[in-house]
Amino acid sequence: MTKQQARFEPYDFNGGTCVAIAGADYCVVAADTRMSTGYNILTRDYSKIYKLADKCMMASSGFQADVRALQKVLGAKHLIYQHQHNKQMSCPAMARLLSNTLYYKRFFPYYTFNVLAGFDEEGKGCVYTYDAVGSYEKVGYSAQGSGAKLIMPVLDNQLKSPSPLLLPAQDAVTPLSEAEAIDVVKDVFASATERDIYTGDKLEIVILNVDGIRREYAELRKD
Amino acid sequence: MESNSETKQHTLLSSESGIQRTQYPYVTGSSVVALKYKDGILMAADMGGSYGSTLRYKSLERIKPVGKHSIIGASGEISDFQEIMRYLDDQVLNDNMWDDGNSLGPKEIHSYLTRVMYNRRNKFDPLWNTLILGGVKKGQKFLGMVTMIGVNFEENHIATGFGNHMAQPLLRAEWHENLTFEEGVTLLEKCMRVLLYRDRSAVNKFQVLLLFPINLMRLMCYGMRLLGNFLLLLRYSLREPLDYAFSSPLLNCHCFQNLDNNVIAKITEEGVTISQPYALKTFWGFKAFENPTAGAEGSWVVGWRARKRDILKSPQL
Repeated sequence: MTKQQARFEPYDFNGGTCVAIAGADYCVVAADTRMSTGYNILTRDYSKIYKLADKCMMASSGFQADVRALQKVLGAKHLIYQHQHNKQMSCPAMARLLSNTLYYKRFFPYYTFNVLAGFDEEGKGCVYTYDAVGSYEKVGYSAQGSGAKLIMPVLDNQLKSPSPLLLPAQDAVTPLSEAEAIDVVKDVFASATERDIYTGDKLEIVILNVDGIRREYAELRKD
Repeated sequence: MESNSETKQHTLLSSESGIQRTQYPYVTGSSVVALKYKDGILMAADMGGSYGSTLRYKSLERIKPVGKHSIIGASGEISDFQEIMRYLDDQVLNDNMWDDGNSLGPKEIHSYLTRVMYNRRNKFDPLWNTLILGGVKKGQKFLGMVTMIGVNFEENHIATGFGNHMAQPLLRAEWHENLTFEEGVTLLEKCMRVLLYRDRSAVNKFQVLLLFPINLMRLMCYGMRLLGNFLLLLRYSLREPLDYAFSSPLLNCHCFQNLDNNVIAKITEEGVTISQPYALKTFWGFKAFENPTAGAEGSWVVGWRARKRDILKSPQL
């Protein structure tokens, strides 16, 4: 029996929660700004939201180094796309690109939990939700990360979206207004902060609508 | 659940390629602490290198200047830090060869280090370090950290290793924008002192990197002599209660050479200066340090000592 040594662990969990909500003509992406490792907090002010294209934002939680690498890889691929096609990538196209990028590393995954938010070809809000190896789905709203399981049921309850189980399939975009959706987001994060140790410090909310991109911040509990 | 799949992944990869790379560190440095102050960055580290539980090396420089605008401090495997310095030297050399009036700033070097650490982690051959990168360029202060698996961030005050547990609470309580140099040094020394008391791999020999105007290179030491032993004697004899406000050698420029070595680094717009090694004045008369097992009467530790005493006294031996 070989002696047990401290083995090199290539992954770390840096925590955090991300939420995205799609409306008829707006899209809200929110993430907390806490970065942790084990039981320590590394920093209280780290943004998890990244702008991939004019109409597409990505929020990712999980292992921060993989998140950063993923952001850079997608950014580079988008730049090449822009050079080749003389236009920005649409959100559905970016969604597929992210899925493929994640699956490319299927046997040494990017330990990231992503939500993509933006506008689809018709100008309606769309949200895509992912797991670590690239399975994705277009939804009306989603939460990912350490507080996701605390948040998702509340979103199901509060957003008044049509049920995803209905047939014929209805678009799951929320009928709430932008201000109402932002309120729901703030409430939902305040609740998640109470019970999830990895969520807290500050909430960064990015709102995409016809006027452009807007950023808001809200304080969360720091314990 | 996740750790299960990860361990499976490890064994899968190890048996596949027969990994021959280092998977654990040998000679390690302990914490580095750094903070932003009004004019730039202050960074402090002790000069010890442990070989497991032996304090083998006592004069390792764990803070080094990089290019014109940055300083890097490393904890973890020392040989990997030396390797990183080689990579950085190559980068700085190439940058200089462009001769275009621009030079690598701290943000660029931080980004480069992140990529290096992350890519080595991807190959399962990590550089076993946690690095702190600080610098000033065009008035912009920068302070960032990179861990051995590529996790990186910027902050106003950073500590690695044990410093994260012991120095960060002090920094979080007392750091504020526009710390003066004296306040910064006092705060850093407070952190290093706590680490010295409680981190068994710390050595009382620190490096303090300073930036002075007019390009004072670190070879020009400012005739410092550490007030160590004399003052200590005086304090014990006077039985004064001491607070943390020991005067720093950097502030009053009086210190005697001591075997204990601490070094603090400072970097501002003008440049980097690394102090000569000096020792922090320490006070060991805290109630908590005297008779530490007083509260543990009857515990097996205290009991064991008593039993050992009895055994040695017994007539059978």
